[in-house]
Order: sequence, then C-alpha cells, then structure tokens
Amino acid sequence: MSSKHKHAHPPSEIELKVKALELLLIEKGLVDPLALDELIDIYEHRVGPQNGARVVARAWCDSDYLHRLLDNATEAIREFGFEGRQGEDMVVLENTPTVHNMVVCTLCSCYPWPVLGLPPVWYKSAPYRARAVSEPRSVLAEFGVELGEDVEIRVWDSTAEVRYLVIPMRPEGTENLSESELAELVTRDSMIGTGLVLSSEEL
Amino acid sequence: MKGAHDLGGKTGLGPIAPEKDEPVFHHEWEKRAFAITVACGFMGKWNLDMARYARERMPDPEYLASTYYEKWAHGLSLLLVEKGLLTEEEIRTRMSEISKGDS
Repeated sequence: MSSKHKHAHPPSEIELKVKALELLLIEKGLVDPLALDELIDIYEHRVGPQNGARVVARAWCDSDYLHRLLDNATEAIREFGFEGRQGEDMVVLENTPTVHNMVVCTLCSCYPWPVLGLPPVWYKSAPYRARAVSEPRSVLAEFGVELGEDVEIRVWDSTAEVRYLVIPMRPEGTENLSESELAELVTRDSMIGTGLVLSSEEL
Repeated sequence: MKGAHDLGGKTGLGPIAPEKDEPVFHHEWEKRAFAITVACGFMGKWNLDMARYARERMPDPEYLASTYYEKWAHGLSLLLVEKGLLTEEEIRTRMSEISKGDS
C-alpha cells in the first residue's frame, strides 16, 4: 500500500494517532518495523485458544500431567512451549460436577495470552467485567450455559500477575478419542468458563 | 483509587453481546496499536502496571466510551510523552500532516 493510498473515508482521530505514533517511533529508532509485523502475525495466526485446548486435552488424558498443572501451571504449560507475556504466573481451575469456574478481570482485561491468545471484545467489555462477579448465572445464561442450582459457581478475578485457565469437564462418550481429537472439542469460552466443551457429535 | 476502570459489580451497563466468529483484530489500526504498544514495552522504560495506570488515567466518560485498543493508544501516547521519548506537539503535528496527506 503506497503512501498515496486514499482511504475510502477520511482517517479517524484514532487512526491518525496510531499512525503518527508508529511513524515517529520508527523514525526515532525506538521500534523495529519488522518486529511490529512479527508481533501481529504471532497473535493473529500462531497463538490462540488452540494452545489452551492442547493443554486441556492432555490434562484429560494424563492424570500425571493434570497433577503437574495443578501443582505449577506455568511450568506444566511450558512443556508445550507456551510461555511468556501475560502467562508468567498461570493457575488452572478444574471444573467438577459440583464446581464451575469462570474468569474475569474486573479492573482491566487481563487474559492468559500464551494459551488463549488475545481476548475477545466481550471479555474486555464493561458489562462483562461488571456483571461476572455480581450475577454470574445471568451472565452464563447469556452465553447459553445453564447450570443446575446445585453447581457452585466460582468467579476468579485476575490480579496484576495471576492468569487463569479453566479446565472444563471432559464430555461423556469420548473414551475412544485421541488427545488431538479431544483438543478439537475444547472451545475458547470453555477455558474462560463462559462456555462448555463441544460434544463429540458437534465436532 | 476507585475510577471508571473499577467495574466489578457496577450495574446498568447492559447485555454482554458476544460476537460470533470474532476476528482477532477488527481494524488495521488495532493491529498497529497492539504491535507498537507491545514493542514499546520491550524498551523497558515502564512495566505492565505503569502501562495499565496510564490507561486508567483516562477521564471516566472517555474510558467508558473507548474500546480496548483506543485505551491502549491513549496510554502509550501518555507514557511516551511522560518518559520524554515523544512530545505532544510532535504527535499532533504528525497527525495533522497525515490527515492532509503530507506523510
């Protein structure tokens, strides 16, 4: 795209601001333009919920791995090579028939990037951040998740350091699936706690 | 300090409205805002908490009306100026040049 490229509409204030910052930073040698493209490619194409899904599927298949995860999630997740920014201090939360875990960041939008990628808009939105802690059941209902009254909902508010990953329950009837087939059932929202995993029929 | 960012338990903010098959970025400028913010973080002139505090210092009505990457761009710009790496004037001038098609 040349610098003479004409926008279909005049650039907005935010487009101008971001472009101005980028150009100034590059001119002053404060950022490397190649590094910018690399960062975008990593988070747009390479890091995402498919990473977390592999962690969950292994936890379902390998009880030793699950124990390592519960003991030190950061180290256990690193076994896959998933580490770094926004995943320095990981904690996993295991769902059971009586406990459902759900994650929020009420103060900002903290999210475990190495295993889930960048957060979706709804996770960063004011309504989710406000309501997840005060009315989790009605929030879950908006995501189509209805839990029995006997299921306790635990809402975890991310701190400045800790990032959470929910280990959803393994669906019934999946005994014959391989670890990689199981990973395909694990949705992003099931690892945030606002969704459930797919059944093998939905695959 | 309690500001607009302290959202836990607030009411009257409406439904959550998750988007189906949401893309990682919605606009080209969001990609650039993300990348320059992360890349500037590597300079080591500030830490994550300072970056967050810069976003939180947005005036309350503006904070609530802004999207995630708008807050990021605001915070980054503030930190760059506060650390003496860029000036407000430079940023304003460049924005107006780009707007006129000079850049």
